[in-house]
Amino acid sequence: MNKGTKAIFMTPYILWLGLFVIAPVGLIFYYSFFNVQGQFTLDNYRNFFASGTYLAMTANSVLYAFLITLIALLISYPMAYYISKLKHRDLWILLVILPTWINLLLKAYAFIGLLSRDGLVNNLSQFFGLGVHHMLFTNASFILVAAYIQIPFMILPIYNSLVDINGSFIRASHDLGATTYQTFTKIILPLTKPGIQSGVQIVFIPSLSLFMLSRLIGGNKIITLGTAVEEHFLTTMNWGMGSTIGVVLIISMVIVMLLTNTKKKKRGQLNAK
Amino acid sequence: MKRLLIAITSLLIICAGLAFGSNELQKTTGDTGSKVLNLYNWGDYIDPSLITKFQKETGYHVNVETFDSNEAMYTKIKQGGTNYDLTVPSDYMVQKMKQDKLLIPLDKSQLTGISNYGQDYMNKTFDPGNKYSLPYFWGTLGIIYNDKYIKKGSIAHWNQLWDKKYKNRIMLIDSARDIMGLSLISMGKSVNTTNTADLKAAKRKLDKLAPNVKAVVADEIKMYMAEGEAPLAVDWSGEAAEMMSQNSHLHYVVPTEGSNMWFDNLVIPKTAKHFTAIYKFLNFMSEPENAAKNAEYIGYSTPNTKAFKLLPKQIQTDKQFYPDQQVIDRLQVYKNLSQQKVEQYNDLYLEFKMKH
Repeated sequence: MNKGTKAIFMTPYILWLGLFVIAPVGLIFYYSFFNVQGQFTLDNYRNFFASGTYLAMTANSVLYAFLITLIALLISYPMAYYISKLKHRDLWILLVILPTWINLLLKAYAFIGLLSRDGLVNNLSQFFGLGVHHMLFTNASFILVAAYIQIPFMILPIYNSLVDINGSFIRASHDLGATTYQTFTKIILPLTKPGIQSGVQIVFIPSLSLFMLSRLIGGNKIITLGTAVEEHFLTTMNWGMGSTIGVVLIISMVIVMLLTNTKKKKRGQLNAK
Repeated sequence: MKRLLIAITSLLIICAGLAFGSNELQKTTGDTGSKVLNLYNWGDYIDPSLITKFQKETGYHVNVETFDSNEAMYTKIKQGGTNYDLTVPSDYMVQKMKQDKLLIPLDKSQLTGISNYGQDYMNKTFDPGNKYSLPYFWGTLGIIYNDKYIKKGSIAHWNQLWDKKYKNRIMLIDSARDIMGLSLISMGKSVNTTNTADLKAAKRKLDKLAPNVKAVVADEIKMYMAEGEAPLAVDWSGEAAEMMSQNSHLHYVVPTEGSNMWFDNLVIPKTAKHFTAIYKFLNFMSEPENAAKNAEYIGYSTPNTKAFKLLPKQIQTDKQFYPDQQVIDRLQVYKNLSQQKVEQYNDLYLEFKMKH
């Protein structure tokens, strides 16, 4: 391919990246240095890091994103493992992906119907004589619903890495006397690590700012940075402060990416040896 | 792959065909080109049959676009690139838009129905002399309770919300100004206070309310209350009307020590172009018959006193939405606060939300 055609093929990619990735992120950084009067200032950052409220909110966001990711992982890994062993695994994985075709808001409202005082879960629990429980607006219900929504995104990469494992590796492991447990921890788990890493990235990052769910299901009992961003853009119209929080979110996402990616490189080196 | 392409193409063609068809249908009901009026309104905030009637009477086609918060509307108009002829900001937003020179004054000589509006609803501090705005609807902030769980008539004061027996049973509307406001009123302070000590005290008092708060939610509060998820809620009268139409056990109370009185107002933003249509529409909506029809449809309180007299007796005597003069005298209208104070209200409120 000569240089000219290469440039033509590159143009859409560069335009896309420039207009829809670099420019918006650049604008967020730019806005974060201005106060409401439009003067250049570092006050937004100073306010953020000097305020107990915002720091507590950051801690909250990270904690809940971590819990959501952990629960999604604990459910997804065995699920992906067994699906990859099934006969009609393509059909089963399709069923797992199916809920992602439905809008997030609709799923949240469906959960309201399930978990509310007169909802299905309470009707069942009453039927079995277990009484009525308050489930909506609890931290547990928020984590449950968020994990439910994220699970397909966790299962897919893990499933793909499981399917990619060469069957002869596992047979070799058994032939050489490894138990099923050893085969799992020494062969399968390491080989699916890239899948787990990308699953964790895909789930953890959006979980940092689930403001819609924290209101609908959590009843604003859990305040994450997403809530604060929404407030600054819509209510107080302090775009600078909103952008500052956005920058903090972006930076924490970059940190998560770096943490999960370095491990991957080390693994690659080990494998090469 | 080929089949997928065919499927997608045929879907697109069907959608385009339908869009074209509905566009054609709309054209025949309205009129072409310049005979239009662009109304930027809250969602479901006008009786659709009135729009049809207006179009038939005047021949102007009304395009309605909707917004869901004052701030969203403000941002869109300020950013430009729109051509809205009329919009419906709340009280404090009228003041803010006025300060930012986003409004065009009303030409009183072209208004025929201005005398239909009651004195209680005109000449408010957010727009003295109604230079820029005509009241569209008004309402209050109050307490909604479910008589299945709470004795009918037993709720009358804000301070009752702090009662220990309502632990984890109250839902609040997610609005900084209103929740801080109810705390301020319960302490006998003004909802427009800029005194930092008062605001901090109001927030400390809210923290004590936290154990009773089940959730802080937005529009969903209507659904939750109608389903009986909680026995108590704090919300606006208009939202209460909607809940009550779905669940007859619900009642609305304006606490006797006072509350917020809010107004939604018709104003002409700077982006307006079709002035004949604008004044025709303003006069049309001021006609008692039309305003009454609209009030019956929306369920909010009308500031049009002549329209009020046309409403069914049952609505006229409803103290929940048309409270006694005594109560009206104690209601306070929000003033637009400085950016610094808006942020202080919101920051304190955010801290309360984190505690609860």
